[in-house]
Amino acid sequence: MTIKEIQEEIVDEFALFDEWMDKYEHIIELGKELPLIDEKFKTEENLIKGCQSRVWLHAELIDGKIIFTADSDAIITKGIIALMIRVFSNHSPKEIAESDLFFIDQIGLREHLSPTRSNGLVSMVKQIKMYSIAFQAKA
Amino acid sequence: MTETLDIASIRKDFPILSREVNGHPLVYFDNGASSQKPQQVIDTISHYYQYENSNIHRGIHTLSQEATTAYEEARKTIQKFINAKHDHEIIFTKGTTDAINLVASSFGKKFLNEGDEIIISTMEHHSNIVPWQIICEEKGAILKVVPINDKGEFLVDEYEKLLSDKTKLVAVTHVSNTLGTINPVKEIIAKAHQKEALVLIDGAQAVPHTKVDVQELDADFYAFSGHKMFGPTGVGILYGKEGLLNSLPPYQGGGDMIKTVTFEKTTYNDLPHKFEAGTPNIVGGIALATAVDYINEIGIDKIETYEHELLNYATEQIKQIEGVRIIGEAQKKASVLSFVVDGTHPTDIGTIIDKLGIAIRTGHHCTEPLMNRFNIPGTARASFAFYNTFEEVDTFINALKRAVGMLL
Ligand SMILES: Cc1ncc(COP(=O)(O)O)c(C=O)c1O
Repeated sequence: MTIKEIQEEIVDEFALFDEWMDKYEHIIELGKELPLIDEKFKTEENLIKGCQSRVWLHAELIDGKIIFTADSDAIITKGIIALMIRVFSNHSPKEIAESDLFFIDQIGLREHLSPTRSNGLVSMVKQIKMYSIAFQAKA
Repeated sequence: MTETLDIASIRKDFPILSREVNGHPLVYFDNGASSQKPQQVIDTISHYYQYENSNIHRGIHTLSQEATTAYEEARKTIQKFINAKHDHEIIFTKGTTDAINLVASSFGKKFLNEGDEIIISTMEHHSNIVPWQIICEEKGAILKVVPINDKGEFLVDEYEKLLSDKTKLVAVTHVSNTLGTINPVKEIIAKAHQKEALVLIDGAQAVPHTKVDVQELDADFYAFSGHKMFGPTGVGILYGKEGLLNSLPPYQGGGDMIKTVTFEKTTYNDLPHKFEAGTPNIVGGIALATAVDYINEIGIDKIETYEHELLNYATEQIKQIEGVRIIGEAQKKASVLSFVVDGTHPTDIGTIIDKLGIAIRTGHHCTEPLMNRFNIPGTARASFAFYNTFEEVDTFINALKRAVGMLL
């Protein structure tokens, strides 16, 4: 599936929830399920420091595709990260660099990407794009 | 429960309190960050712009004179409120941060030398840490930090050990914004004075909640913010003793702070104008006095008593929730309730209860060294004002239970 298709799939999944409560419960479940990043990658270098919560993001290029792993100390942030990884991981640097991020907005979680929230997610999106550009240059 | 105040009618003065957030009636428990404004303050602001607006201290026309009078009357209102000896000891600033920076810069420039020491405490807000770090670095002075105990209390014994002939200034918060601890500032000041050190008290969290008498405390400097005491943002106060303020060099140069200017030599204006360069937040100052009038009308003693009951009630209730750990259990506390819940992150709790209409703050509250002291990334903090109710505490506790249930 393309990055766009995965995002559309997530938007469809979230259409099932009309209560914010159900939506958050789902996100929290996703956060609990996200496989933890390998401890050895939880380095200062991979740390994205938000004022509220911390995010670790690690990227590797395997067979021409970027594999992202990530973690956060806050569970809602972690749930949203799980969705982002589902969207962006395992795609080529070029695809990632050229993609648009729209699902967060469409499932009604835009507030979590607001810079004032300072949870590390905005920087994480930037970081994902930067990795894609850096790996593209290498390839 | 004795309700000493007519909360229902007080709440009517605060229009924002009747709004809804995310489909629920707003429960505003983030007063430590900024308080809400009564209609009286809002009216002063719009009245000023509708009928009085003009620049002050520099006009011969009627409007300017009226605005100047209103601004100077505001200064007197604030002087009386904190019982300063003179109105020119009240300097209008942008807020607490600005006031502390003023002292750090002007005092530091003139009186701080290499090897001198400044003492702060572990529970200071970044605003009462960083300005001192900057000036210490510039002057080669040393910053010393008074430790606290596990309850979040200032350790007077340790403080006494740090005080010495090298101590030039002590800067301590009156009430901790994160822990709620009320510090024994009178004692802290007296001990510093024995060593001939000056004391600045950060009163940002004290003035809205408790009676402050700067002469009784014998504080050399006392700083606070308008927006935390039901007044506007962008205005605050530095109180300083007359003699001290006269001895300090100006902080910023510009209009209003001068007597005469030539390219060879400029002479500075008298207090308080020497420290008020440029056009100030005129309406802010005037509306801050309205906020003070409002507090006076209710009575700060009644406010303190009521908030104390509210805090005790909330503390009892929150302790019933399994896994809750209160951060800040000082004997003497103002209306701040900081906590963590085992196995959850404060920001997750804040996010969920916001969806239920409840505003609290989560994070390090601009006190990172204090968070490190407790070895936690941050807390969730409910902070109360006199317009909050026992029912709101119940709503908050129920929401908190629901959030914890979702997260664990
Ligand atoms: C104890 C304390 N000091 C200083 C400040 C800074 O106040 P302001 O941001 O209004 O300058 C605050 C406000 O957060 C505070 O709580």
